[in-house]
Amino acid sequence: MSRVSGSRVSAPSLNSGRVFTGTYGVWVAAAVVLVVLPQIFSSGLGLTTLSLMGMMIIFALSYNMLLGQTGLLSFGHAVFFGLGGFITVHMMNLVEADHVPLPLVVFPLIGGISGLVFGIIFGAVATRRAGTAFAMITLGIAELVASSALILRHAFGGEEGISTDRTDLVQPFGITFGPQLQVYYLIAAWCLASMAAMYALARTPFGRMCNAVRDNPERVRFIGYNTQTVRFMSFSLSGFFAGIAGGLIAINFELMSSTQLGAAQSGSVILMTYIGGVGEFIGPIIGAVLVTYLQVTLSDVTDVWELYFGLLFIGMVMFVPGGIAGLLMQQRPLLQGRQLHRVLPYYGLALLPGLAAILGLSLVIEMTNQLTVHASDGPAMVFFYVPFNANAPLPWLIAVILLAGGTWLFLCAARTTGHAYREALSAARMRRETA
Amino acid sequence: MTHASPAPALELAGLKKTFGPIEIIRGIDLVIPTGERHAVIGPNGAGKSTLFHLISGQYRPSGGTIRLRDEDIAGLAPQLINRRGLSRSFQITNIFPRLSVWENIRCATLWAMGYRYAFWRNVERLADVRQRTEEILTEISLLDRWRAPAGVLTYAEQRALDIGIAIAGKPDILLLDEPTAGMSHAETERAVSLIRRVSEKRTLLMIEHDMGVVFDLADRISVLVYGKIIASDTPERVKANAAVQDAYLGTEGA
Repeated sequence: MSRVSGSRVSAPSLNSGRVFTGTYGVWVAAAVVLVVLPQIFSSGLGLTTLSLMGMMIIFALSYNMLLGQTGLLSFGHAVFFGLGGFITVHMMNLVEADHVPLPLVVFPLIGGISGLVFGIIFGAVATRRAGTAFAMITLGIAELVASSALILRHAFGGEEGISTDRTDLVQPFGITFGPQLQVYYLIAAWCLASMAAMYALARTPFGRMCNAVRDNPERVRFIGYNTQTVRFMSFSLSGFFAGIAGGLIAINFELMSSTQLGAAQSGSVILMTYIGGVGEFIGPIIGAVLVTYLQVTLSDVTDVWELYFGLLFIGMVMFVPGGIAGLLMQQRPLLQGRQLHRVLPYYGLALLPGLAAILGLSLVIEMTNQLTVHASDGPAMVFFYVPFNANAPLPWLIAVILLAGGTWLFLCAARTTGHAYREALSAARMRRETA
Repeated sequence: MTHASPAPALELAGLKKTFGPIEIIRGIDLVIPTGERHAVIGPNGAGKSTLFHLISGQYRPSGGTIRLRDEDIAGLAPQLINRRGLSRSFQITNIFPRLSVWENIRCATLWAMGYRYAFWRNVERLADVRQRTEEILTEISLLDRWRAPAGVLTYAEQRALDIGIAIAGKPDILLLDEPTAGMSHAETERAVSLIRRVSEKRTLLMIEHDMGVVFDLADRISVLVYGKIIASDTPERVKANAAVQDAYLGTEGA
């Protein structure tokens, strides 16, 4: 969308076969990956993690319809995710009680429709404003729904939440959805369909006007469009997809609790989307996969894992505003101009001290944690398989050296790398222009 | 009241705009017949841009009427006025900087071509939209820059794009706010020929400081001084008008 190109090319050829087979090829490849993944990560943990990633991809992409596509910063996106999930759970229980022959595969759609309905209701209020006022209204809505969830115990089940049994529904073709693998494939199918739908949505007249509203809402009014209508539609439709993700969560865990619609979940989706990159379609997908993976693994390794997320988020916002996808996209012109090999050594050079600095920082955090939160356990601890005492001066010295030295070397390397990147970029451009 | 001739493209009557105690537009009466190229000139702070904001819906008038082909549009939202066939460019370049040149123009064609908020059609496959976009880009001589993000264009190219966005919806009435401001001599010449082209079969209302451009393009000129029109006539007669020379042209040393 925001690719710079000085090359002279004739107008885009419509229906040019290559572009479309290219797009279809990507979707076929995505489908193959989704089918094959559980064969590779077939452990229980592997399957649960993959399932979680699939749902979070839908959730993060739906959030990026707001943030990346329309320029709307919402602090309450989990509302639609959570309410979609709760209505799905209630519907499942109702259908089970009344023996209605409705199979499990359609229930995510119920979550989606719930998300859409609540998107329409809350969107009618929130999208009357843009910018900071919009963000504040979404924060208010999030608080409103979260506190209602605690008060309305009958609907939201209080602390325990509302549970259901996904195997009690009609089972066409003998698929019980008991095993996690079957649930994974259900999630994967909905994930693929939702990804394709959101990708297509960005390429409609409405989707393009979302981008226009993000860039310059004032001018949009002078080409015939009502900016409030564009924001409202974007908000409602993103609620629809968030609701699908919520419905899948309900099916996956067979339990919905009010934490799913709270501030932490709303924060989590901002984190995923931003870390992945808001400027590219694939950004939130990368972010959802990475953040989910870190959430699952880091929480096993350290009990202050949320602190690391905070640091990661701050670091990304400050130094990599385009997210991981943005970083990858910056390499595209180099790849096309066959200059990437020239900068790769520099990346390695910057990465090493960077990792050392992170290691040092992490050591400081973990030793502090050991001496304060876990003071009763004594100073003996293990960090990366190395046992030592947290109150001895040597580990602290090492940590400070790693952190300070690593940071200094990283900054030096970053400067050189930036220089090398710009040189390679201009070389790549020259090559393309002469070609 | 009956009109023997068809309704004028634009008719302002007793138009007023106040900001707090300050009266910026102090009762403007102006009739612009269909197909006329009309220029508004006047010293800085005379209220020229405010007048454009009132006509295009950016500001709500404090009093008076604005009739667009005999329909009162005073106080309507900008998009509603735009849908009635009145489009405008801006004094300070107003484009979609992160979108490509192609996307800038394409977005500007969509409403007029009836696609509105369609979220079920692939925008890449709309042959009529594509054709119109190409047509407009050819018109403003930016077709070979179609891929570039609008934000990286040169100033003169951005000004042309701004005009392109304004004409992409095929408006009957076009308002251009200082289309040649800040341009070099050569750029101004190109801009004038562009304005001449795009204002064919249209009603044009433009604010312009460059007297060469004004006398070259305009069928009629209105002189706006402190929120009032002190003269509205052919270029020759405006030039000869003593009040105008006194209030405006004289001070510029023309």
